[in-house]
Amino acid sequence: MISVRFNSFRPFPWLILIVTLAVALVPWWTDNVTSRENLILAALDITLASNLNLMLGYAGYVNFGNIVMFGLGGYVGVYLVSVWHWPLLGATFVGAIAVSIIAYMFGLGILRLRGAYFALATIGVNEAVSVFVTNFEPWGGATGLYLSLDAYAPLGGPGRALWIVYFLMVAVMGLSLALSYGIRHSKFGLGLLAIGENEDAAAILGVPTRTYKAMVYSVSAFLPAIAGGLYFFKSGIIEPTGAFDLTTSIEAIVMVMLGGQGTVAGPAIGAFLYEELRGYLLTAQAFSHFQLVIAGLLLLVIVLFAPGGLMGFVHQKLPFTRRWLE
Amino acid sequence: MQLPRLCLVAVATIALTSPAWAADNDTLTVGFTVSQTGKLNTDSIAQMRGFDLWRDQVNAKGGIKVGDKAYNIKFVSYDDESQNGRVQQLYTRLITQDNAQFLFSPYSSGLTATAAIISEQYGKVMLTTGAAEEKTYELGNKDLFQIYSPAAQYLAGALRALKEKDPNAKIAFVYEDDPFSKAVAHATLDLAKMAHMTIVLDEAYSGSTMDFGPIINKIIASKAVALLGGGHYADGSTLARQLHDQKANLKWVTLLVAPDSPKFAELGAAATDISVPSQWEPQVRFKPDFGPTAQEFTNAFNTKYGVDPGYHAAGGYAAGLILQHAIEQVGSIDPAKVAAALNKMDVTTMFGRTKFATDAKDHGLQIGHDMVLAQWQLKDGKLTKEVIWPAAAKTADTVMN
Amino acid sequence: MAEILASVIDGVLIGAVYGLAAMGLTLIWGVMNVINLSHGAIIVLGMFALYYFSSVLGLNPYAASPIVIVIGFVAGVLLYWVAVHRVIGRPPLMSLLSTFAVNMVLIGLGTAFWSTSPYNVPVSLPSVSWEGYTYTGTHIMAAVIAAVIAGLLYLLLYRTRIGKAIRAVSANRAAAELSGIPTTQMLALSFGLGVTLAFASGMLIATLFPFTILSGGAYQLKSFVVTVLGGLGNPGGALLGGIFLGLIEGMATPFMPVSWMPMIEFTLFVIVLIAFPRGIFSFSRT
Repeated sequence: MISVRFNSFRPFPWLILIVTLAVALVPWWTDNVTSRENLILAALDITLASNLNLMLGYAGYVNFGNIVMFGLGGYVGVYLVSVWHWPLLGATFVGAIAVSIIAYMFGLGILRLRGAYFALATIGVNEAVSVFVTNFEPWGGATGLYLSLDAYAPLGGPGRALWIVYFLMVAVMGLSLALSYGIRHSKFGLGLLAIGENEDAAAILGVPTRTYKAMVYSVSAFLPAIAGGLYFFKSGIIEPTGAFDLTTSIEAIVMVMLGGQGTVAGPAIGAFLYEELRGYLLTAQAFSHFQLVIAGLLLLVIVLFAPGGLMGFVHQKLPFTRRWLE
Repeated sequence: MQLPRLCLVAVATIALTSPAWAADNDTLTVGFTVSQTGKLNTDSIAQMRGFDLWRDQVNAKGGIKVGDKAYNIKFVSYDDESQNGRVQQLYTRLITQDNAQFLFSPYSSGLTATAAIISEQYGKVMLTTGAAEEKTYELGNKDLFQIYSPAAQYLAGALRALKEKDPNAKIAFVYEDDPFSKAVAHATLDLAKMAHMTIVLDEAYSGSTMDFGPIINKIIASKAVALLGGGHYADGSTLARQLHDQKANLKWVTLLVAPDSPKFAELGAAATDISVPSQWEPQVRFKPDFGPTAQEFTNAFNTKYGVDPGYHAAGGYAAGLILQHAIEQVGSIDPAKVAAALNKMDVTTMFGRTKFATDAKDHGLQIGHDMVLAQWQLKDGKLTKEVIWPAAAKTADTVMN
Repeated sequence: MAEILASVIDGVLIGAVYGLAAMGLTLIWGVMNVINLSHGAIIVLGMFALYYFSSVLGLNPYAASPIVIVIGFVAGVLLYWVAVHRVIGRPPLMSLLSTFAVNMVLIGLGTAFWSTSPYNVPVSLPSVSWEGYTYTGTHIMAAVIAAVIAGLLYLLLYRTRIGKAIRAVSANRAAAELSGIPTTQMLALSFGLGVTLAFASGMLIATLFPFTILSGGAYQLKSFVVTVLGGLGNPGGALLGGIFLGLIEGMATPFMPVSWMPMIEFTLFVIVLIAFPRGIFSFSRT
């Protein structure tokens, strides 16, 4: 669905800003560490889901291995901080640039494949990178990289560092939403949506499909890579099974579908809801094993009966939300 | 008429059978995760049983005495499913939501490394058990205390025992690709090279490997007579079984962790003559400064669980004993004071001698404890685990075909 | 030399089982253009089914196999009606996601019942030894059974009316419908057959190695590699592709650490997808 831009006031970007500020400041003002820990995971999920949406929702390409960007960004970031003693911001930024370049090159290769083949190839890429890193000794092999505790000293010690990382992660989340919104209202986004509707027609009509596809694959890698650097810096340890976890990758897809693919708010809402559900299931003894079952059933129901997700449903029933809650 | 009498009896029974649960006892919360499921479950549950036995004994005797108060021990624990991601979330939860005052580690070096970062970030004292890798203690910690002997020592005894029996033996190192097993293997490879022993294979396998066929073919091709390695229970027991099925014909097999579990005996012929480096065996004869002897602990464990304890359970129990002793010594539950007491400690319990390194560069590393080598031997058709090394502790001679 | 031969023979034996697994995937893919992402979970369920019948009920594993196969077929047809029927004509993304959702549900339920701990089906058969290397009887038996099942599938597809109907539907569904073939039932049948093959391969793998609820992932990825090697919808190609993959594994492992193997497989997978979209072993008209 392409939005109609005849009215110059756009409420939605302000909504993004307000929500981002709220999420950043509420735990800080109330000094509530528990909610900070929950919200940082939510912010991470929203980042992953929003960026995945760029490929999945706009261009119609399922990236099953989207987690590989997150993991690689984490590895480069932690490596630069722990071995070369770079400051956190510099390390994550450089990591993200490196990952985006790698993604662009990979993209040129595998984006020749259409539909299902592309999806399978992305799983292959994730697994191949995971196995490579497991055998790559400079990055710790299967053991991974450990951050010594004085890595937190430049930020004022572990306690303060955790808060700083939190704010940075929320900022990344806000940027992801803004990026999603910005692309949607740009010529680039128009081209992506055209590719999503009918790639051959788009190519005939002059959309540079190959370049656009590689660009969106690369762009959708940047912010998750930063998020990876931040997240693993906070965890203090990064190892292959945690960095390239296919389940997290899949959950990102569920979040996008749940919230409504192709919209801006959809992935964010889907991510938030799913994260709440998962947090609850993690510790409720009776249900901890049913997390995957519930997620699966949710996905099945959405795919079979409501492919537009939550936002699709809401936009249909309450048309005014199409401008207020894109 | 019947009901009020019944109530009276019930109340009297409750009052008489729980003298320890005096209403004015405070609680001390200890948090940890257990791998109830996942590939580490066998050993993790054994460790948890050690914790549980300690807690039950302490509470039955009226709790930990701190000055003129007494604290009942309360555990808050979750299933980490043998996964790092869950350990992270759950330890953060234990500290920030469940208000655990002290922490035990999860089982395994890998998971403990993850938990240690969290405990250090929040400044909590954590006793690590079931975790032998040294790297965790070299990152500048203040509040970690290791109960187990470090990884570097694991196969040193086996190497020496092997050298005594056959100094020219061709040795294959085949081990799990995880922090603990790799640390052990690398340290032992160095020792073997220094002792001029012949190494014919050095290969790591992924922890989720179920098909050891290709590796076993490599072992056969290398003409090795001795095998040192393994990892944890799941892969170790599978490797043992497949070595037997494929008739690898090794004369000496020492595997980490797996053969120590009583469950290993279920492999029957495949388990015969396999040795395991052990942090503790029921037959050890330490004279404890406090707490039960090894024999008393073994009996109590057997009574409660119907099976002999292995060293994982003993380590769990020892962690509790040491924490309790530190609290009682310093008469406080303040983490800084308890940490100071632990730093000064040099004691012997049923587990052996316990002393922690206090240097900043490897704080918390266990420097007092020694390991033994045990072997499954077939006697009169029954498999029993005997201690074969060191000479001072042994209960039977080494069997090598 | 003997070591390489041993690895090659081992590779071919296990390759037959990989081929069986992939046949299920390629059949479904070829007939209804659905990529079954629950393939791995189904393989694992086959393992647990065998475990249930042999370790819990005490039957001999090989005697229990026909029962397991029938269960697999019924489960497959059910799965078709629940998850696949509604997504048949729709964009491929939908069927990918719906079969993936089924995968999550199956793994989740499996984890709830059996946890992620390892299970084992102990099977004892006499083995064959040569030049110091041993080929276990179970490996040989598994390869033989895989070949037999493949043969039966061939007979079904090429020598029976039902097989002809299935091939008609896969070639052109509308034309088949016009010719009076109940295409929906044929689709359900084909899906059931595909699931049965996956189930059977799981059953055979269970006689060889221990497994957990998560073991399916590795076999699913091998099945994808084999499927693209053999060409879509080509069961014969799948069997050959499986043996080929087993051969590659066998030949490569003596020369490099075993842990690099998955990366080689995935690189092969991506290369074949890009360079040989019709498969290397494709004999059929597509």
